Amino acid sequence: MRVSYFPGCTLKNKARDLDEYARKSAEVLGITLEEIPDWQCCGGVFTTAKNEVATKLSSVRALKYAAAKEQPLVSVCSACHNVIKQTNHAIKTDADFAKKVNNYMAEETPYAGETQVYHYLEMLRDLVGFDALKEKVVNALSGKKIAAYYGCLLLRPNSVMQMDDPENPQIMENFIKAIGATPVVYAMRNECCGGYISMESPDLASKKSNAVVENAKAAGAEMIITACPLCKYNLIKNGADIPVVYFTQALAEALGVKEDTNE
Amino acid sequence: MNKNFIQEEILRSSGVNPKKCMKCGKCSATCPAYDEMEYHPHQFVSMVESGDIEPLLSSESLYKCLSCFACIDRCPRGVQPAKLVEAVRLAVIRQQDKNHLTANDIPKLLDDETPQQLIVSAFRKYTK
Amino acid sequence: MQRVGVFVCWCGSNIAGTVDVAAVAEALKNEPGVVFSTDYQYMCSQAGQDIIKNAIAEHNLTGIVVCSCSPRMHEATFRKTAAAAGLNPYMVEIANIREQCSWVHKDMLTGTEKAIILGKAAVAKVNLNTPLTPGESPVTKRALVIGGGIAGIQTALDIADAGFPVDIVEKQPTIGGKMAQLDKTFPTLDCAACILTPKMVDVAQNEKIRIFSYSEVEEVGGFVGNFDVKIKKKARFVKEDICTGCGACVEKCPMKKNPNEFNLGMDNRPAIYIPFAQAVPKVATIDPNACNMLKNGKCGLCARICAAGAIDYTQKDEIIEEKYGAIVVATGFNPISMEKFDEFAYNQSKDVITSLEFERLTNAAGPSAGKLIRPSDGKHPHTIVFVQCVGSRCDACAEKGKEYCSKICCMYTAKHAMLTRDKYPDTEVYVFYIDVRTPGKNFDEFYRRAVEEFGVKYIKGMVGKVTPEGDKLKVQASDLLSNKQLHIDADLVVLAAAIEPDKSARPLATMLTASMDTNDFFTEAHPKLRPVESPTAGVFLSGACQGPKDIPETVSQAGAAASKVIGLLAKDKLTGNPCIASSNELMCNGCSSCERVCPYGAITYVDKEFRMPDRTTKIRRVASVNPAVCQGCGACTVACPSGAMDLKGFANSQIIAEVDAICK
Repeated sequence: MRVSYFPGCTLKNKARDLDEYARKSAEVLGITLEEIPDWQCCGGVFTTAKNEVATKLSSVRALKYAAAKEQPLVSVCSACHNVIKQTNHAIKTDADFAKKVNNYMAEETPYAGETQVYHYLEMLRDLVGFDALKEKVVNALSGKKIAAYYGCLLLRPNSVMQMDDPENPQIMENFIKAIGATPVVYAMRNECCGGYISMESPDLASKKSNAVVENAKAAGAEMIITACPLCKYNLIKNGADIPVVYFTQALAEALGVKEDTNE
Repeated sequence: MNKNFIQEEILRSSGVNPKKCMKCGKCSATCPAYDEMEYHPHQFVSMVESGDIEPLLSSESLYKCLSCFACIDRCPRGVQPAKLVEAVRLAVIRQQDKNHLTANDIPKLLDDETPQQLIVSAFRKYTK
Repeated sequence: MQRVGVFVCWCGSNIAGTVDVAAVAEALKNEPGVVFSTDYQYMCSQAGQDIIKNAIAEHNLTGIVVCSCSPRMHEATFRKTAAAAGLNPYMVEIANIREQCSWVHKDMLTGTEKAIILGKAAVAKVNLNTPLTPGESPVTKRALVIGGGIAGIQTALDIADAGFPVDIVEKQPTIGGKMAQLDKTFPTLDCAACILTPKMVDVAQNEKIRIFSYSEVEEVGGFVGNFDVKIKKKARFVKEDICTGCGACVEKCPMKKNPNEFNLGMDNRPAIYIPFAQAVPKVATIDPNACNMLKNGKCGLCARICAAGAIDYTQKDEIIEEKYGAIVVATGFNPISMEKFDEFAYNQSKDVITSLEFERLTNAAGPSAGKLIRPSDGKHPHTIVFVQCVGSRCDACAEKGKEYCSKICCMYTAKHAMLTRDKYPDTEVYVFYIDVRTPGKNFDEFYRRAVEEFGVKYIKGMVGKVTPEGDKLKVQASDLLSNKQLHIDADLVVLAAAIEPDKSARPLATMLTASMDTNDFFTEAHPKLRPVESPTAGVFLSGACQGPKDIPETVSQAGAAASKVIGLLAKDKLTGNPCIASSNELMCNGCSSCERVCPYGAITYVDKEFRMPDRTTKIRRVASVNPAVCQGCGACTVACPSGAMDLKGFANSQIIAEVDAICK
């Protein structure tokens, strides 16, 4: 199966692991991530205002590309996925916004939100299947107690993201089980790490990140996995004393393709 | 700017109906940036509703919202306070010379590990 | 040709405010058959009715049209008026120019034009009306009460007290319902069991009352006065009439680790069990999913122990068929699932509980023998946080929760908080509220005592997040009056979960053809004036199946429902509705379409002999309507392809005449 792939700016730079492990693992699972040519940065956050149009067009271009190829659009960074999915939802549900978007694009075929947008985790759950993933595992992370850190962007706003129950999500826990490790459930897994506030108010980000790590540790976590470069940065910068890694790294390790990758 | 005009603009661009609020305060109970804010999410809702917007426009609270959308998901009335905060912030930074962050500010805020995502997100939130 | 009189009502300014009533009366004078037309301020008043009666006599009217409010309001009134003047009551037609006209229009011209059109349609119909005579049906003098909680118990006792036999169908092994699970009751703080169990004993001892416990209604047929009901008595693998309730089997059963429903799964019960000490009937029940004998054929210990020989592993579900004159729904409520509200960490911590679980924790017969402990470690909680309105008062688009106020939570939370402070004064108790709603006798006084005498800390605000960490629950909440975000390290968090109708209510409503609202509460026939009757004749409502209710209100409604049932059962015969279907046998082609769509099973097919033009005879299969069962819904008339099926009082020709009059 081939899917359109939107890596995002951080994955080409500071979060290269997230990207490369994702591609290698997908190949093992029979999915080819076709990188969208000339993709542009999603902008990092979705501006909720209805009258904000131009800044969302990079997402629209990616969505249109996938639509033309009749492929689902997959991204692996929480932020990119959030922005693209919210943009797609706005086009589907807000006719005025859709009209403005298509006016800006000035292309022959208007876009109406037809592309299926998947986060890589949803791709694993819905297109591959966690049972099928389990069968491909060659190096089960048995006994490892892993805490999934969802943060905000994967789950919220739930009316749009529709990934999982936003208060009691299971998708990453099921992923952890599929790669042979033991999920650690803790309440702060869907609370904010501080996000972009670490630019201006590092103290606040530090407080928020510490609360997450402390809660995960209290629940017995030996490792935290995340899908978001900013979450990872905030948790590590604020002194997480257990490893914080991308979920794709754990995936690649379980599938036995981690060593091939340049770190 | 005219007070009513700003109120209407904020309501229109956010798509929020503050009249749905039942004053339970769950948005402020859930807000991770609460302690950094002078005006809290529930106050944004009630102040925009009553048209008391002036104090919000000049408040640092506008730049403290983390856009974590927890208030949106947990509000029992579907009010979506975060969208109001964003609309008020846009009403400010869309004015000339009202950018909250400039490119010149960036270098001193970076470290070796800063992800690109952090810079673009902060710009998108604070700058027009 | 009919001689029709038209009477246009002003309804004060309700109609006359937007409809020129005089113009309507004038315009309808020219309609075919109309010989008299007038208007009056209040047609339903005695004076108004006299105008109608006099006109009938004076102008020799054979039919009348009243242009007024909805027929639901006053059709019966005007039919009686006509009958008093010697006219067949079914020669009366109502044109609804209030609800369907004056109330929805603002403009006098539009309103008047529409009122005239509606009046013309009614005149066109009445021209084709024929006098109808209702049939009569007998009344089975026995009532069925579905649900054996306090609502069902009270209704059954009151009906039995009037001398009529009553059956209670209860799906649990014992009657008692939610009230049996409660500890104390507000606002007087009497112990729930102390006031409930004597009533349960009364039910058991009453000769007029039969209890079908561990049973469910399977099928309902028939109609008011003559319901045919099938009740499934589930196999409990214990002979009810022999079991003495000694409990020896319960003690010896080796399969002890099954979640105890009565204690909401907070402790375990054996595979053979009696829900609680005062259960009625006090007989054991075997859980087939837990019993090793029933699952694997190994064990049989209870049968060996039982001195009475009551155990019967071969028992099968049993179907009981019975006739009833009236049915009372008393299916009650349940707290909603907290699964979608995990911001409060209900699924993550044993120390986050619902208020009903709190009742069991403080009940002397509960899992902790009435000692208030943390379920996780059995320790005494020193800080307790109560959260109100969890899942109540939610917006329809908020993805979870109910739109309505659950009504009972403010009071039971005040009770929980007060009793905790009374028994354990070293405990800090916080109640987070949005509004405290205490409209009830002595209710607000009760809540004020919790605050002023017992020192419960009421905080205006909501809890946003509960984070279990170590042995604490970190509660993050807002205090709106001091404009602060609070962080409380709690030992126990109690959620006042919204309540919803029992899941059995929806399929039951379908069986009864009784209507429900979008929340699955049963709808009453009139929200103010007929609160205990369902719109379906012979079906009555008792307790929380109709809407959230506390115990005093439930008991009042239960009594009211009983009095309606008694009123019905006291009659020897019921007058039916003459507007029923009938089939023209000469046109019927025997296709069975009508039989298939009839929701009441009123249509059967019979083989009948017909004389042919050549004097031979022929047997043909034709539809036949049972007039006692037909409810006049009209489904068959629409389904009939040959036009043989017609509805008296609403004949196809009459409907077409109305449409023609409107389109003219």
